[in-house]
Amino acid sequence: MQALYAQLLVGLINGSFYALLSLGLAVIFGMLNIINFAHGALFMMGAFASWMLLNYVGIGYFPALILAPLLVGIFGIILEKTIISRLYKLDHLYGLLLTFGLSLVIEGLFRNSYGSSGMPYRIPDILQGATNLGFMYMPNYRGWVVLAAMVVCVSTWAIIEKTSLGATLRAATENAPLVQAFGVNVPRLITLTYGGGVALAAFAGVLAAPIYSVNPNMGSNFINTVFAVVVIGGMGSIMGSILTGFGLGVVEGLTKVFYPQASATVVFVVMVIVLLTRPRGLFGRAA
Amino acid sequence: MKNKIPALLLGSAIVLAAGGGAFAQDKNIKIGVLTDNSGLYSDLGGAGSTLAAQMAVEDSGLQAKGWKIDVISADHQNKPDIGTNIARQWIDVDKVDIFMDVLNSGVALAVNNVVKEKNSIMINTGAATSDLTNAQCSPNTIHWVYDTYMLANSTGQALVKAGGDTWYFLTADYAFGAALERDTTAVVVKSGGKVLGTVKHPLNSSDFSSFLLQAQASKAKIVGLANAGGDTTNSIKQAAEFGIVKGGQRLAGLLLFITDVHSLGLNVAQGLNFTETFYWDLNDDTRKFGKRFSDRTKSKAQPSMVQAGVYSGLIHYFKALEAMGGNPHDGAKVVAKMKEMPTDDPLFGKGSIRADGRKIHPAYLFEVKKPSESKGPWDYYKLVGTTPGDQAFRPLSESACPLVKK
Repeated sequence: MQALYAQLLVGLINGSFYALLSLGLAVIFGMLNIINFAHGALFMMGAFASWMLLNYVGIGYFPALILAPLLVGIFGIILEKTIISRLYKLDHLYGLLLTFGLSLVIEGLFRNSYGSSGMPYRIPDILQGATNLGFMYMPNYRGWVVLAAMVVCVSTWAIIEKTSLGATLRAATENAPLVQAFGVNVPRLITLTYGGGVALAAFAGVLAAPIYSVNPNMGSNFINTVFAVVVIGGMGSIMGSILTGFGLGVVEGLTKVFYPQASATVVFVVMVIVLLTRPRGLFGRAA
Repeated sequence: MKNKIPALLLGSAIVLAAGGGAFAQDKNIKIGVLTDNSGLYSDLGGAGSTLAAQMAVEDSGLQAKGWKIDVISADHQNKPDIGTNIARQWIDVDKVDIFMDVLNSGVALAVNNVVKEKNSIMINTGAATSDLTNAQCSPNTIHWVYDTYMLANSTGQALVKAGGDTWYFLTADYAFGAALERDTTAVVVKSGGKVLGTVKHPLNSSDFSSFLLQAQASKAKIVGLANAGGDTTNSIKQAAEFGIVKGGQRLAGLLLFITDVHSLGLNVAQGLNFTETFYWDLNDDTRKFGKRFSDRTKSKAQPSMVQAGVYSGLIHYFKALEAMGGNPHDGAKVVAKMKEMPTDDPLFGKGSIRADGRKIHPAYLFEVKKPSESKGPWDYYKLVGTTPGDQAFRPLSESACPLVKK
């Protein structure tokens, strides 16, 4: 029984990454109608940005937690302005293909410069060590990841659902010309939203850097699962993607105990079941 | 119609004569480096293997003697079906003579069959499974650098002797992991130890915390990592987080490469024991090669044993072809010649190739240095033991290979 608690907690930790990443995807899909396949590559860039800040400039983990998402977010804005914005009038499929291609290019560039086996990134001293919870030995850093992920997820949700900025944003996705008629600069709003979604991915990347090795493939290991999370949660649903992210982390964690070989597939099995019974996803709204 | 027949006959005679002539003096060689160019193993093989092949071509001096040698490379993406497709195309269309590297045991076993069927050659320097020279052995394949039997024998035995008599395995869920776990279990049991359990994880898992918790709960003294590349480095990193080593358990990285140690950093990797057959800092020759190699890579990386094996294997292959006076494009014949000749190259020293295709050379047990002991970049290992070549690999008396006469 004790082992089970530990596995649940570990699942929650992985769920934090799923939640952060799928949240970014949901925001981008909800507002831009773009299926952002470059999300994994941008997550990887977040991790690399923190590694570069430390090794080239000497900036440590905590400033990187703010700086790296900012830098990668700006990169995302440039990407959106110059390339992605040209596709809004076309079918979803084009955006998917374009961003998939972009992610291959970005990963290839990083692989070319840094190889594939990854860079070491130390856990910051203050979060070193572990706490004995009685039923498990809980690394302090992992506790911090869950906490940080939850805070960021909830505040993002609050910004979109509870503030006037969020209201404008949601209005703009429903009827862009009308909102523009009220004097809101909708294209800029969309660009900033993309930048925000990208920053969320980069934030997850910084959180992941000390746990996983910082390598060019780290995003592609995650991205398929994260897409399944978004589909299960309901495309574009903010709260849905957060809850599903944490939930599926736990489901995956339990699979690792009872039938480890299936742990890479279980999320997709859930996806199939959900799509058969609720085609709009668990939290999806009817169109 | 009548006078066409002599013309036809004459034509075929000319073709046959030309073919026969080419057979004696054919000095064309095409080398195919089939490896992981983009995934989790691409640092230990990948572009570095292609570079090693090019260096071997340059050092052989054959081009000055009128040989024409091409090196091509392809990415099998760690997928056996892609690997076999490339292999067929390389042999049938591109006329590749020899396959080098072919890391990933799953891909290697699949390509092994194609190479045998088409009478080509594979010098495998990257895959681990000892089946390549046991039940699956072939007259067209040489297994050059290391195998699971040798790793288990060297690292496994040393750890059991040091008191690690209970084991729990974290095993990559494919041909390689299974072979490594099987061979290590045999050694552990034979040396008087016990295996308490095992957990099989999918290839390319990024999170190991769940598996590590299970290993921790097993209370085994040794947590054996029967995986490779990014899977191993992530396991070791995360084991440190969960206090596995602090709790008194010991990690056994059964297959670690220098690129993995580089990625982990000495802080995390220090004290790990594992076995390799090549290290750049063994002697003057290896240091010289290491320097030349790293000068030509972007990241200034030292060669892994897989890449060093590509160089060493090709040097021997060239010697055999030179002795034969030309390239007969007959895989089994060339391999037979290679087995006949003793091997000798600057990287692996003197050695031989057995009837089952196993290349014989010493195995080195290393320990990763403490950060304070390391004098510079890539100065990572301390040599703690050497197993002579004749004891390092599976004895022929235990072999299930049909090529071995008993």
